[in-house]
Amino acid sequence: MDKPTYHPAQIKGWGVDADPKNDPTYPMKQRNDGEHEGYSWERPRQQTSDIEILQSNERPNLTAVFGTSTPPAGLSGMLRRFAFKYSESSYGHWLPLVLADRVGVVEGIVDDLRRGHIPNIPEELGWKAEWKHNRKQLVTRVLIGAVFTYAALAYLRGGKDD
Amino acid sequence: MLAMNYRGPQRVRIDHKPMPEIQHPQDAIVRVTRSCICGSDLHLYNGSVPDTRVGMTFGHEITGVVEQLGSEVQNLKVGDHVLVPFNIACGKCVFCQQGLFGNCHESNPQATAVGGIFGYSHTAGGYDGGQAEYVRVPYADVGPTVIPANMDPDDAVMLTDVVPTGYQAAEMGGIQPGDTVVVFGAGPVGIMAARCAWLFGAGRVIIIDQLDYRLEFARNYCPCEAYNFKEMDDPVLFMKKTTDWLGADVCIDAVGAEANGSVMQNILGRGLKMVGGATPALHWAINSVKKGGIVSIVGVYGPIEALVPIGNVLNKGLTIRANQASVKRLLPRLIEHVQNGTLDPKALITHRIPLEYVSDGYRIFSAKLDGCIKPVLLPPSATS
Ligand SMILES: NC(=O)c1ccc[n+]([C@@H]2O[C@H](COP(=O)([O-])OP(=O)(O)OC[C@H]3O[C@@H](n4cnc5c(N)ncnc54)[C@H](O)[C@@H]3O)[C@@H](O)[C@H]2O)c1
Ligand SMILES: [Zn+2]
Ligand SMILES: [Zn+2]
Repeated sequence: MDKPTYHPAQIKGWGVDADPKNDPTYPMKQRNDGEHEGYSWERPRQQTSDIEILQSNERPNLTAVFGTSTPPAGLSGMLRRFAFKYSESSYGHWLPLVLADRVGVVEGIVDDLRRGHIPNIPEELGWKAEWKHNRKQLVTRVLIGAVFTYAALAYLRGGKDD
Repeated sequence: MLAMNYRGPQRVRIDHKPMPEIQHPQDAIVRVTRSCICGSDLHLYNGSVPDTRVGMTFGHEITGVVEQLGSEVQNLKVGDHVLVPFNIACGKCVFCQQGLFGNCHESNPQATAVGGIFGYSHTAGGYDGGQAEYVRVPYADVGPTVIPANMDPDDAVMLTDVVPTGYQAAEMGGIQPGDTVVVFGAGPVGIMAARCAWLFGAGRVIIIDQLDYRLEFARNYCPCEAYNFKEMDDPVLFMKKTTDWLGADVCIDAVGAEANGSVMQNILGRGLKMVGGATPALHWAINSVKKGGIVSIVGVYGPIEALVPIGNVLNKGLTIRANQASVKRLLPRLIEHVQNGTLDPKALITHRIPLEYVSDGYRIFSAKLDGCIKPVLLPPSATS
């Protein structure tokens, strides 16, 4: 990427129609055009940490601070590391992350069981609140689920007999 | 300490987690006194935001008492009761310097398109949030603001997100005196946007939703016209007819990725999650605004492309303005509005739920049960 050798001001007509009022970013942005100086501001001190932080490849460094929740681990962690090889502009970045999130749910259940904790899924789903405020729909949903499960099982069993 | 723990789509629970620690000289540790559940949390709750990891604690609308300070913090002292803007912002980068505190470049290593946000997935920085007894607050000299002595903490917690977001939605609309403003979504954010549209001199304010109880609330609170899109054959046609066939001057999307109203979008955006969310609200906003009009977007969508009628944006000559709210930029003005009674944000709080019942809180807010508009979670130490 070669920067051009001419200065814009040398170009015929440069800036003659510039209109400072033509700024749809006002008042959201108090424009000072600092971006023109590049990534050159005095940065806050860099946070350090020994946990693994994934970094967007659209920036040269870690941000000065970052969160340290739930570092990548297991199969979902491998998928996440893979995703960060691609920019935020690529499906290669987001689709593996979506997949990793689903894998993470299974890993979460395995992890719970390994710690001897059987997750109380109806409670996690907030069914107590549904039971209190939305009983009819909850019961219908559970019944429909039961009917589908029964039908699926009956179908599978029927298939075996053939 | 007690903290909310995300286990997978629509599964959250209360758990014991280690206390947060100072990790940077500008950090503070805050003992939470209030923390709300937000429409934005529902995108996480439904598993719609990529890189939402099991085990994370959500929560970005926080008030609390400063317990501990890093060595470089100067503007706060232990014991201060603060409201904490949802954006994590350094105050030094070129974006913060221009008031774009929602677009800080030094708070989120995982993505450049969005600044750091408390408890909002790794795509927004990987911070554990405030639906817990304690929370780590980075850049404590920049965001946290001491709650004025005479201010109700319920008003204060609404100033961390809902009020600035609703206000900025109206501000980005570039509303001129006499304008007709249509707000899609009568959640806390949409209601606040409709309320604030008057502050900018709107001549007519209309709010659209599918929930009669919220429409009824908005009709009285804002006050404004309120209509249920489920009762319309075609919301865009309805809007054209009610604006003398020209369209609204300004349309505001205060719904975001969980929008209802299109079967195809429900499948693609909410079911398969193959696009950055369901877009009927934004679609209606673009198609209901007048030629040369302005569409203001505060409804949140995912990072993958979402389906919008971009050809109509071009042909109608629309201006689109959108952002995460810049809470710190707006706070001084909004604190004034609350203190002199112009805005009454605490009136939106319908549910006060002990933190221990966080799964019920999410279900009530997500399924819109029990007339819920805005739920706030109270840790045990805040209620005793
Ligand atoms: N930009 C920001 O800084 C910012 C901050 C906070 C919240 N948000 C976003 O604002 C949006 C609203 O948040 P909330 O807390 O009010 O959520 P909410 O879930 O309480 O409200 C959303 C409302 O939209 C309604 N709705 C669904 N489909 C609709 C449609 N097609 N047309 C009109 N209304 C429709 C729902 O019935 C609901 O009442 C969310 O997307 C949230 O992520 C953005
Ligand atoms: Zn919020
Ligand atoms: Zn910054």
